[in-house]
Amino acid sequence: MEANKFIVPIGPQHPALKEPGHFEFTVDGEVVTNATIRLGYVHRGVERGTEDRTWVQNLYLIERICGICSHIHATAYALGVEKLAGVTAPPRAQAIRELFCELERIHSHLLWVGVAAHEAGFDALFMYSWRDRETVMDLLEGLSGNRVHYSCNLLGGVKFDIDEAQRDAILRGLDFLEQRTHHYLDVVTNDAAFLRRTRGVGMMTREQAIEYGAVGPVARASGVARDVRVDAPYLAYDQFPVNTIIDTAGDLEARFAVRVRELFESYRVIREILDKLPPGELAAKMPRKMPPGEAISRVEAPRGELFYFIKSNGGDKPERVKVRTPSICNFGSVGRLTIGHQLADAPMILAGIDPCFSCNDRVVVVSTK
Amino acid sequence: MNINPEHIWDGALEKLKTWARINSPWAIHYNSGSCNGCDIEILATLTPRYDLERVGVKLQGSPRHADILICTGPVTLQSRERLKRIYEQMPEPKFVVAVGSCAISGGAFQGCYNIVGHVDAVIPVDVYIPGCPPRPEAIIDGVVKLLESLKKTDGRAQSTDDRLQNTDNRSQTADAGQ
Ligand code: SF4
Repeated sequence: MEANKFIVPIGPQHPALKEPGHFEFTVDGEVVTNATIRLGYVHRGVERGTEDRTWVQNLYLIERICGICSHIHATAYALGVEKLAGVTAPPRAQAIRELFCELERIHSHLLWVGVAAHEAGFDALFMYSWRDRETVMDLLEGLSGNRVHYSCNLLGGVKFDIDEAQRDAILRGLDFLEQRTHHYLDVVTNDAAFLRRTRGVGMMTREQAIEYGAVGPVARASGVARDVRVDAPYLAYDQFPVNTIIDTAGDLEARFAVRVRELFESYRVIREILDKLPPGELAAKMPRKMPPGEAISRVEAPRGELFYFIKSNGGDKPERVKVRTPSICNFGSVGRLTIGHQLADAPMILAGIDPCFSCNDRVVVVSTK
Repeated sequence: MNINPEHIWDGALEKLKTWARINSPWAIHYNSGSCNGCDIEILATLTPRYDLERVGVKLQGSPRHADILICTGPVTLQSRERLKRIYEQMPEPKFVVAVGSCAISGGAFQGCYNIVGHVDAVIPVDVYIPGCPPRPEAIIDGVVKLLESLKKTDGRAQSTDDRLQNTDNRSQTADAGQ
């Protein structure tokens, strides 16, 4: 058998993804028999970096862990620090944070639909979904002034309020996106050519999903009802709840369908928030020094559960910040799922977990041997 | 004056090459440790609203086909050698565009232990586009400025050896300063 072993190395600079990662696929003909993933090219040392910065400065460093889900990182950190200080952000601030979270989910999912379609060789869908994504980018920019790092959080609240004109703009934008999303749902579940790349590819059963510790839409597409927004509501998710979207098929098609259907949930929740935005203050007062202690916070990022552990020794800087991001939980499954598939399917399976390397940078080698 | 007909052809050929180079530069993108923010803005620049392909720029997969290297992010220890290698694999003349505050100065990650620093400390950079992340309009502006500058220099870049030498000097100064 050894003689037939042929290893195809891919990366770290490669045409398929915009971030560096190194993959080694052992193939027998066209069929993948083993996969090794090497990560860590974007390891910057952010966790250590937080120990040299003050509580407030960290908000901006932590936002830059990931450019796609920047708001959710800052929110998780702010929630943890507020827990340490014993402060709760006012209800209006919580609702606005939730609104940003959902807008961010919309932009992230649309981005993913495009990137995954590009992997499938379906560039028309890539271009359409990115064109429509500009609508939500405009909304985010209109609210915060920046397209990517919105910096909407303060420790103890938020910076921006939402006025009537912005509210109307969001509602108009959502109407347009909703209509487009119906079209995407139709494409990902009915387009015959596309389905040949997704149906039955990268099958992960419910048991496997639990065993590999999958989170977020990847787990939900395998029938595991895992969603922090529902299981342990934070922010204003108890007043403005979301429904968990589940699919039991477990293949790539299901992952597409789950993410696209989640978009509708986000639209609905945002409309509800805008309708019943609680009045009041935007921020609570925070102490400059945090009392000693430890706090954890869990939130649902667009890719799954995001976990923060924060430890304070009573100073003006944290003693330890530990981040556990959803991509690293999902990466374990990639090596397994590619085995037995054609090499050409490997990029699709990889894209299926919506990998985000920049927040993944804490592991060096994951081997399936 | 002694006119050598061969040189006349050389000049004309150079002009033709410059014309072609300016009108259809191919680019590759390497993320040497960025947060992703700059990368999604680069992708957004290629999609219908901004459409960088209007000015002839095409994103390419292989360094061996590329004229322009678009770099994002601070350079991490792991990706330093890769970045150098990609740069060395590109055919002459080659140009580097550094996108984002991180690529220019290390940005928010200054002082993190796994950061070598800015792109400039590893390979020579021709255009800097500031912002965290820069807007797609800014990226287009940067690329167009690069193409404009090529017209002035006749499409010729300084030779790679000279430029790498400069970069080495710069990073040595930076090391000495630390
Ligand atoms: S400049 Fe900003 S957006 Fe770009 S990589 Fe650095 S932190 Fe991310």
